[in-house]
Amino acid sequence: MTAEALQCKECRERYPLDARYACDKCFGPLEVAYDFSGLDAASARRKIQAGAQSLWRYADFLPVAAPALPSALAAGVTPIIRADGLAERLGLREVWVKNDAANPTHSFKDRVVTVALAKARELGYEVVACASTGNLANAVAAHAAAAGLESYVFVPADLEEQKILATGIYGTNLVAVRGNYDDVNRLCTELSSERDWAFVNVNVRPYYAEGSKTLGFEIAEQLGFELPDRVVVPVASGSLFTKIARGFEEWLEVGLLEGEVPTMNGAQAEGCSPVAQAFEAGRDICRPVKPDTIAKSLAIGNPADGPYAVELARRSGGAIDAVSDDEIREGIKLLAETAGIFTETAGGVTTAVLKKLADEGRIGSDERVVLVITGEGLKTLDAVRGSFETTEIEPTADAFGERFERGALAAEAL
Amino acid sequence: MAISVKIPTQLRNVTGGEAEASVDDATTVGEVLDGLYERYDGLRDRIAEDGDLRRFVNVYVEGEDIRFLDGLETGVEDGDEVTILPAVAGG
Repeated sequence: MTAEALQCKECRERYPLDARYACDKCFGPLEVAYDFSGLDAASARRKIQAGAQSLWRYADFLPVAAPALPSALAAGVTPIIRADGLAERLGLREVWVKNDAANPTHSFKDRVVTVALAKARELGYEVVACASTGNLANAVAAHAAAAGLESYVFVPADLEEQKILATGIYGTNLVAVRGNYDDVNRLCTELSSERDWAFVNVNVRPYYAEGSKTLGFEIAEQLGFELPDRVVVPVASGSLFTKIARGFEEWLEVGLLEGEVPTMNGAQAEGCSPVAQAFEAGRDICRPVKPDTIAKSLAIGNPADGPYAVELARRSGGAIDAVSDDEIREGIKLLAETAGIFTETAGGVTTAVLKKLADEGRIGSDERVVLVITGEGLKTLDAVRGSFETTEIEPTADAFGERFERGALAAEAL
Repeated sequence: MAISVKIPTQLRNVTGGEAEASVDDATTVGEVLDGLYERYDGLRDRIAEDGDLRRFVNVYVEGEDIRFLDGLETGVEDGDEVTILPAVAGG
C-alpha cells in the first residue's frame, strides 16, 4: 500500500485513512496522500500490464488493496477508439474517444463506486448510500447488490425515468427527494452525521474520488504510456476533471510518463455552469446556481471541487466552456453519426464543447485530443426524441421503391 | 422561541459534542454565528476567515443556501433552522 494518510487540500493537516471527508480545522476537502518513493517505473509498468482486466490493475495508485474477491462488476478497461470521422468533421488531426459508457452500469461511476465500496467494506460498513444525479444511483445500487450490502440511493424526484428504472431494479432503497441535486446532497451530508453508513460521495468521498484517476491512467496506458495533448472532460462537481489530471501527474511523478499534464478542457451546460462562469470571470470561487438544463447528470449547482477545476484549467492552459441545450442535442448526434457511439446528455455536452473549441480555432493542427465520454445514451432517451425521421411503409418492394428510388435517382442526377 | 442551529460532526469537538444549539435575539445569520462564536471557544477560526465564511463552508436557512439569499445578512426569524455543513460532498 502506497496510501499514507488523508490530507487537507487547503491547510495540509493529515488524518488517518478512515471515513472522513472534511478537515476538522478549516473544512477543506480531504484527499488521499501517497508515498510513491518505493515504486520503480519499469516494474510498476510490468505489474500494470500483467494486472487484472479492471481498474485493480492500478492498485498501487489506489487507496485500498484489490479485494481478495473483486466485485464481478469491477469497472475499467473500457475502449478508447480513434474517431477519424469526428476529427474530419471538426477539422482536427487526431481525436480519440474514451468510451466509459462501456462499464458495467454504463457510466464512469462504476470506477468510483468500485473503489468506494472496497474501502467501505474494509472499514466494516454494512450499508452504503449516495446522493446522485442518476448514474451514481445506478452504480451504487448494482454494486451493493453484487456485494450483498444494503443500500440507500437518494436522487432528485424529477430524474430521467430510465435512470430511476435502472436503479430501482437492483432492490435498493430508492429515495426520490423533492428538490434538486444540491438539496439531495445537503440532505445526505446531514444524514451522514447521523447514520453509520458509508455515503460513497460524502464520508468516503476521498476514496471514491480516487477511482476517477483510473480514467487518466487508462487513457495514458492505452495510448502506449503516452500523454495526449488535450483532454476534454465533462464537469459537474469538478472531481472527475481534476482527478484525471491527478492520475497523469502521479504517473509523471513516478516516471511512467514523460512530458507534462495535457491541456485540460472542462465542459458544462449553460443551464448549470457555475465553474465555467467562475473561469470566465477569473474567480476561483464558484457562485452556486439553480440548474436548468437537459444535462441532468451534470446538474450540480454547488460544485464541491469547482475551485480546483478552475485552477487546473488555468494551470494547464485549458478552459471551462459551456454549451446550450440545443448544442448538447447536436453533440449527441454528432458523436453518434461520426463515431457510432450513442452517449447521454453529459457526452453531448463534452462533444459540443470539443466542437466549439474546434470551430473557434482553439485546438492546434498538430494536437492529439481525447474526448472523455462518461455515460450511455439509452439513459437519456428524451434528449433525442424527435431528432430524426423514420420512414414507415407498407411491407412491399413497391412501397419501398416509391420512397427510396427517387432519392437514389436524384443523387445520380447530381 | 429562538433560532436553532444544526452543528456538523466536524464542529462538535468545540461544542462539547452538541449537535444542535439555540440562539436568541438574532435577526441575521451573521448575528446567529456571532452568538455561537461567543459561546464556543475556537469555533470562529474553524469556519470563518477575515470576517467571511471560509470557502468550503455552506450555511443554510430553512434548507436554502444563504448565497442565494443575502449571505451573512440573510434575515432569520424565531423558529428558523440554520444548518452549517462542509461544502466538500457530492458529485
